[in-house]
Amino acid sequence: MKFHIGTAAVSVLASAVWLGAASAQAQQTVNMPDVVELSGPGAVSGTNWRDGVTLAVDELNAKGGILGRKIVTTHSDTQSNPGISRAQVQKALDGDPYVILGPIFSGSVKVNMVLAQQAEVPQFTGAEAADITQAGNPYIFRTSFGQQASMPKIANYIRDGVKAKSVALVWVNNDFGKGGRDNFAREMAARGIKVTVDISTESGQVDFAADVVKVKSANADAVFVYTNEEESARFLREARKQGIRVPLIGETTLLNQKVIELAGDAANGVRGHVGLSADVPVAAIQAFKDKFIKRFNYSPDHNAIKGYTAVHAIRYVTEKIGKFDRKLLAKTLHGLTITPQMEPGILIETTWDDKGDIDRISFLAEVVDGKQRITQTLPKLGK
Amino acid sequence: MTRARNLSRAIAALAVCAVLVAAPFGLKPYGIYLLSLWAVMTIAAMGLNLTLGYAGQISLAQAAFVGIGAYTAAILTTQGWPFALAFLLSAALCFAIGWLLGYPALRVQHHYLAFVTLAFTTLVFLVLRNEEWLTRGIYGISGIPRPDVLGWSTGAPRDYYFFCLGMLGLVTLATGWLVRSPWGRAFMALRENPIRAASLGVDTRRYTLIAFALGSALGGIAGALYAPLVQFIDPTPFALGLSLNLLLMVIVGGSGFFFGPFLGALVSVLLPEWLRFTEGLYLLIYAAFVMALMAFCPSGLLGIAERLFRPAAKTDDPPALRARKTAP
Amino acid sequence: MTDLVQLLVAGLATGAIYALVAVGFTLLWQTSQTINFAQGEFVMVPAFFVLAAMKFGGASFPVALLLGLIASLLVLGVLFKKLLVDPMIRHGVLPLVISTIALALFLKEGVKEFYAADAQPFPALWATTNITVVGAVIALQNLVIIGVAIAAIAALQWFLAATRTGRSMQATAQNPLLARILGIRVERMILYTFLINAGLVALASVLISPIYLAKFSNGETLGLVAFIAAIVGGFNQVRGAIAGGLLLGVLDNLVAAYVSTQYRGAIPLFLLIAVILFRPQGLLGRAEERSV
Repeated sequence: MKFHIGTAAVSVLASAVWLGAASAQAQQTVNMPDVVELSGPGAVSGTNWRDGVTLAVDELNAKGGILGRKIVTTHSDTQSNPGISRAQVQKALDGDPYVILGPIFSGSVKVNMVLAQQAEVPQFTGAEAADITQAGNPYIFRTSFGQQASMPKIANYIRDGVKAKSVALVWVNNDFGKGGRDNFAREMAARGIKVTVDISTESGQVDFAADVVKVKSANADAVFVYTNEEESARFLREARKQGIRVPLIGETTLLNQKVIELAGDAANGVRGHVGLSADVPVAAIQAFKDKFIKRFNYSPDHNAIKGYTAVHAIRYVTEKIGKFDRKLLAKTLHGLTITPQMEPGILIETTWDDKGDIDRISFLAEVVDGKQRITQTLPKLGK
Repeated sequence: MTRARNLSRAIAALAVCAVLVAAPFGLKPYGIYLLSLWAVMTIAAMGLNLTLGYAGQISLAQAAFVGIGAYTAAILTTQGWPFALAFLLSAALCFAIGWLLGYPALRVQHHYLAFVTLAFTTLVFLVLRNEEWLTRGIYGISGIPRPDVLGWSTGAPRDYYFFCLGMLGLVTLATGWLVRSPWGRAFMALRENPIRAASLGVDTRRYTLIAFALGSALGGIAGALYAPLVQFIDPTPFALGLSLNLLLMVIVGGSGFFFGPFLGALVSVLLPEWLRFTEGLYLLIYAAFVMALMAFCPSGLLGIAERLFRPAAKTDDPPALRARKTAP
Repeated sequence: MTDLVQLLVAGLATGAIYALVAVGFTLLWQTSQTINFAQGEFVMVPAFFVLAAMKFGGASFPVALLLGLIASLLVLGVLFKKLLVDPMIRHGVLPLVISTIALALFLKEGVKEFYAADAQPFPALWATTNITVVGAVIALQNLVIIGVAIAAIAALQWFLAATRTGRSMQATAQNPLLARILGIRVERMILYTFLINAGLVALASVLISPIYLAKFSNGETLGLVAFIAAIVGGFNQVRGAIAGGLLLGVLDNLVAAYVSTQYRGAIPLFLLIAVILFRPQGLLGRAEERSV
């Protein structure tokens, strides 16, 4: 028995020493840890984000870094679990970072941004839930539209472009899907469009026969699909197979290159709002896409753009204020507009408001012949 | 001779306690968090060890009980109830549900019990996720407060760690007492040979039920401590994965050994940190390690320690497994 | 009405896959007391063998299929038995269960790290056309799946009942000691079971991957449903696994369409609990006696 206690004791001691060992930071570097979903349901988004960040960091370091200091980024996995994300952010904060990058899943962000706020460290997140920027946190910054900005745009399109009076709603039962669904339902109600059926699906679901049957019998004018990439592809195939005729409408994910690749022909005819995408006909974004494919051998999605632009935005503001001052960074970014002329890495003109929300132009698109085609450019909301 | 042994045991125990108390002073908040998590997981694993290691029942329901405990504590404390009350209610509720679940479930053979408890865990997860009115569903409950213990606020990481450590100590003492009592011996009789135990007049059903319910209550206690630790809970962590994780903790540490859960939880919580340099391969390494362990020493790490230091041990099977081979 | 036909066909197709997987699971349990918690991952892996053969070996699809099948038989059949099951079976059932849980994790993470984390399209073996029956649009794929699965299981049933080897395998399952005394080479029979299981899961993998897309996490839900199908149908009868699989496939679709999609996952679980508590031998199984 004593050996068991002994074994345990030695283990605890060794672990304590290991954990306590602080890693010495060289003075000539700036620490920007990345905490993002690298496994679990968020793995695809997180991996894209991480690779976008890596591309940006390497580009900047090749030119000398920020204000002469090289950027050091470690990538930690939240496992798509808010509790773990909180621990990872705590660990990142322990290393005295300049800013924190990530995560993408809204549930995780809501939990760990409290820590970052307490430590007064700016956090650049890929999350889209509306309430993230409504909690009064002066250090949180988005890298893409919040659902409160994107949902009204898609709702307007459904009312004016598709002219639908009723809509069937299909969503994935995780915090991404549920948040989107709640926002969407609210926008529909505000415009007097009836949601005739509300179908929740599981993350990782493979069989959509029953869901499509339900959609068909709901007889709506349009179908709004808000699920993750693979599920979207499977749903589209089943919908095509069972002959759904009404327009299938989505928000960024549904028209994403990965979904088109997986769904094949079934993706043709899908329409929707695209906040950010690697397929829009903007030269800077196309150049980014080529660089990304060359380096990583796969096509980036909007999460890669989010990560990439975040790092460049941070560099721009830091060099603008001339020093590494977290509070000043946050203050300066509020209300700032960065154009590609000022900073090519921003790819597309972006404005941050005083809550950390983003304003950019966005696009309406349709999938034609296996490619995403922009049909309309929507202007920025503000200014 | 035994006096010297008892003395050296006491010294070893004191040394461990000293290390555990001193540890947080040299650690950053993240390190302290990991230690607190270890303490909480050890309590849950001890509960499972009671059910599996001592009473010989394969349960995959522990994650559900941790979840029920966590949600009970979270819902009540965010409504303003005092933590002590929420804590006791968590433990009592899990004991009761464990009893109710065990009553019909323990009539079936071991491998069937594994599946019934597996189904139970998944069902509980679905309920936690879908019943928004109670649990806030997928959005989870945030802002869970940390308790005030007799005027001492446990809000800071180090203070909450000491609180968890204290609870772990209490649970260890209570479980230790239980295991050495006649009840504990009845559990072990059940595990070794249930039919013989029955023929000797041990009410097998009742004792199995008690072991199962107590193990569940410990799971609830762990959950009630987990909620204020992370200060946010959603249904995700309380799914089948956690049950499997706890099972691995108990087995890797050495099921049926009293300190097995401590070691198993340590490995499980700290392995990702130790193996960070492998960049995402750590799960592969952990899986390979478990398979190798099962092939060479199924009695877990403490089984290895026992073999190394006490080679006179009769067989190389751990207490929990000896029965399995002879049972039909 | 057309909807019902739609749902039934889709349900039978999914159920046929569950049946294939459940049959292999049941066979393993019967002959060698192996509860294979990695069965779901076993269905996920062969598709990746095929994809890897095409991507890294440059093989054409038919050749890749063959290579994938051989790889599955070797890795999921022979290696699984020799490296994992044989060393552990002498320690009892629990270490083996734990090992298969670890194996599932290993396979999942292995595919994720060494191939890809996102879903991969998988070529279909036949045209993706639809036919219309009674107004319901049915994918040819679904009918082929049902047909192939039934053919495979029928072939297996015939093999077990009509050939000498098959009957030896049944004898091994029913009473290994007696079988050994009768001169049956028990070790070899057990190896055959593992090979049959590997073949069945490889077949299931190739049938579903065109629809489900190949992804490292496919095994999770599949494995669980396979266990439930095996138990609900009847753990000690192959036809129990078939019935269980088909029942679950159809029930899942009907519940999702007519009751609730949020709780559709709960139905198999309720069914499992009900069967274990009230009829542990399963719907089609024979009651097992326990020797004391």
